[in-house]
Amino acid sequence: MGIEIEKPCVVELSNIAVSNTHGEDSPYFAGWKAYDDNPYDELTNPSGVIQMGLAENQVSFDLLEKYLEEHSEATTWGKGVRNSSFRDNALFQDYHGLHSFRAAMASFMEQIRGERAKFEPDRLVITAGATAANELLTFILANPGDALLVPTPYYPGFDRDLRWRTGVKIVPIHCDSSNNFQITPEALEGAYKEAESMNTKVRGVLITNPSNPLGATIERSVLEQILEFVTRKNIHLVSDEIYSGSVFSPSEFVSVAEILEARNYKDAERVHIVYSLSKDLGLPGFRVGTIYSYNDKVVTTARRMSSFTLISSQTQHLLASMLSDKDFTELYIRTNRERLRKRYEMIIEGLRSNGIECLKGNGGLFCWMNMSPLLEKATKEGELKLWNAIIHQVKLNISPGSSCHCSEPGWFRVCFANMSENTLQVALERIRNFVDKIRTHTLTAGSN
Amino acid sequence: MVGLSSKSYELLSKIATNDKHGENSPYFDGWKAYDRDPFHPTKNPQGVIQMGLAENQLCFDLIEEWLKKNPKASICTPEGLHQFRDIANFQDYHGLPQFTSAVAKFMSKVRGGRVKFDPNRILMSGGATGANELIMFCLADPGDAFLVPTPYYAAYPRDLCWRTGLRLIPVHCDSSNNFKITREALESSYKKAKDDNINVKGLIITNPSNPLGTSLDRDTLKSLVNFTNDNNIHLVCDEIYSATVFDSPRFVSVAEIIEEMDDSSCKKELIHIVYSLSKDMGFPGFRVGIVYSYNDIVVNCGRKMSSFGLVSSQTQHMLAAMLSDDEFVDNFLKESSRRLAKRHEYFSKGLEEVNIKRFPSNAGLFYWMNLSSLLKEQSFEAEMALWRVIINEVKLNVSPGSSFNCLEPGWFRVCFANMDDETVEVALNRIRAFVIGKEKTTKKNNNNRAKKNNNVVEVKKRWQQNLRLSFSSSRLLDHHETVMSPHILSPHSPIPASSPLVQAT
Repeated sequence: MGIEIEKPCVVELSNIAVSNTHGEDSPYFAGWKAYDDNPYDELTNPSGVIQMGLAENQVSFDLLEKYLEEHSEATTWGKGVRNSSFRDNALFQDYHGLHSFRAAMASFMEQIRGERAKFEPDRLVITAGATAANELLTFILANPGDALLVPTPYYPGFDRDLRWRTGVKIVPIHCDSSNNFQITPEALEGAYKEAESMNTKVRGVLITNPSNPLGATIERSVLEQILEFVTRKNIHLVSDEIYSGSVFSPSEFVSVAEILEARNYKDAERVHIVYSLSKDLGLPGFRVGTIYSYNDKVVTTARRMSSFTLISSQTQHLLASMLSDKDFTELYIRTNRERLRKRYEMIIEGLRSNGIECLKGNGGLFCWMNMSPLLEKATKEGELKLWNAIIHQVKLNISPGSSCHCSEPGWFRVCFANMSENTLQVALERIRNFVDKIRTHTLTAGSN
Repeated sequence: MVGLSSKSYELLSKIATNDKHGENSPYFDGWKAYDRDPFHPTKNPQGVIQMGLAENQLCFDLIEEWLKKNPKASICTPEGLHQFRDIANFQDYHGLPQFTSAVAKFMSKVRGGRVKFDPNRILMSGGATGANELIMFCLADPGDAFLVPTPYYAAYPRDLCWRTGLRLIPVHCDSSNNFKITREALESSYKKAKDDNINVKGLIITNPSNPLGTSLDRDTLKSLVNFTNDNNIHLVCDEIYSATVFDSPRFVSVAEIIEEMDDSSCKKELIHIVYSLSKDMGFPGFRVGIVYSYNDIVVNCGRKMSSFGLVSSQTQHMLAAMLSDDEFVDNFLKESSRRLAKRHEYFSKGLEEVNIKRFPSNAGLFYWMNLSSLLKEQSFEAEMALWRVIINEVKLNVSPGSSFNCLEPGWFRVCFANMDDETVEVALNRIRAFVIGKEKTTKKNNNNRAKKNNNVVEVKKRWQQNLRLSFSSSRLLDHHETVMSPHILSPHSPIPASSPLVQAT
């Protein structure tokens, strides 16, 4: 019997490889493990963990499937044996991306904004998902050690996307519930000063509009203030509008693109928009991201950099076909909004009837739930303790606000668009039981 | 419109404003010439023939036939539609299990079944471009270096260095031994780097080689493994052309070498393979890049990094079906090899007829052609001058050896798998006529000097008919139009930078 000596890898890997800036050790992902170990299924595992931590849109697949059924010729490569369109498509690696695809995306983005802004296909750069788009822009706009200002609470993935390989820092713009977590000029200045005090150069502000995790759009006046701020500081503005097509009421979303168009694109060179089909169309697997920039040099450089992360030409082809059908996209956008709104109202009502309030939201695939009254202690630890109970007792995977860098404990992001209505009812039922238990327990304790 | 002047606003990163994207080099006259005047057999028979693009277009008929017979592989067909939502929703960076299994199996078949690959070690990335960058991010820090034998793929500086901040240390190879990598060359480059206080983290090789079109023999490969092992540095093997081997010696993968060595003599955790379907299958558009590492930490960290360049699940799904069809794959690999061999032979023989000595190659989608005898002098200026003549007068877009960092002037990479037989014929005719013409001019000059009797045999060669190109090989193009499109890099863009769309200030 031999002795097994574990040989350590004596050669070092890169600092990036051994750092944990990828962010996957955060509690945000621990909930997923609970789900993976015991996933809910309506029939086979009705007591399993319900996944409410995944901002996926599964409410409108039928519309897409119907479209494909009716247009299968256009979306595949055609039926002919000697058909060369497969060949041309398989060979197409031009980093500009298929023109038809870019034109279709530009048109789709215009439709979402009610034609209140124009998008030129030649300013669209393609990337494999918004994950890549955000990282790529960061590489272009900032040097290692520089900072981007990001309002809290924010999407946990930003810690990886903006920082990991780029070496760029995130300095938070603190927002709180006193004004519904809106970004204020004071908070912007505060963040800028904080960076300065750390001797860190600020390169830009990155906003998500509508916001993840808040599920609310940024008001026009606030957008104008942010634009004024970045102009004054001579820095960039990245607007991640990945949920723009998921705003329940079309008139409530104001894109930075509209504001720029209204002022004839004055100072627009500092503004860049990120978009993706992962949320609005529910196609995260297809890796469809785009960068739209009003800055020529950024467009050129981003395009070159997109070599590392292009969209499969097969997928570009499919989507070019689908998204250029304006009747279809109009129907889709309208129907999707309506269904999301219904879901939202269902969950808000269900929570409210249990005495749980949420931030007033108007878009996205989730609601921002306030459970601070249920905290034992109004601290991050208190929040995590409650969260643990929710995962292991209530068996719901929801996302704690602390993983989104929220400065106030007790808030949770709850996704509602990645399950059937039945499952949502089951989730609401479980929450009701849990809240009842806590309240009874509190009453009992208090009556002593 | 917007963005007309960035003068007031230039705050971009160093990465964004440096030249390391590689597109500012002067090699793009070729693309511009092709773009302005692309060859077409009937519509534009005098146009420029594209021979700068290493694409494999020889076997699409086989693939199209398979697609017709397998509609379920597409999520858009009636037969495959029921899988649409699950596939569209699938963004797990582990990849579709059926996809990674199929790729592992495919890679094994390409190596004659002599090695097995573990699907759990397969990482996805945005093409080999993304894969090469990803592995560098995992292995080295800004300022570190990787050794790379010359001549090498023109886009390595972009892929390996641009955003990673790495540097490349060339290991010089030359024609005296058909550009083989020698231990001496390796040691010498390595030592010099160390003396200069450069932190060398590894060696990257392309096997089979681009631009040479040769695969490494077993002994050389083994010595590379030993060299990196002995020095405790990484070995990255870009095996993107592995299935383009069409002649003996058969392909030997680094995977086979380390399989033969036991754990005490080989640190497997230093070995990493980069792969892609862009060349072997002819699918550059699908962006299927693969990193296969024998190092657990690299697999772990690399997988997280693959979030930045995952393969579209739609594409994963289709390729999973295709590559797990054993009968199809076996036939494809065999037939692809056969067609490449045929094309290569035809081309080599054609060049031999005008005394262009055959370079011993057994793989790749291109021919490494030596035209040093046609240079005015053995210099890179002369090579560039000759190259411009080839583009503008012979009307072939070929790639000069200097773009691959070749140490010796006069070599050119000529791609031949991206066209049909008729176009190959036209291209060969043009090359042969040009070479003959140059020889005649040279001979004429020699004769005038030596006043010897010529025994020039006027041979009526069939290729000299119908040539309306006029050559004046002594004419040099000394103006120098800079264009931004790297045809020899992939992915790339054909739109030249003089277009207002991409004007960078």
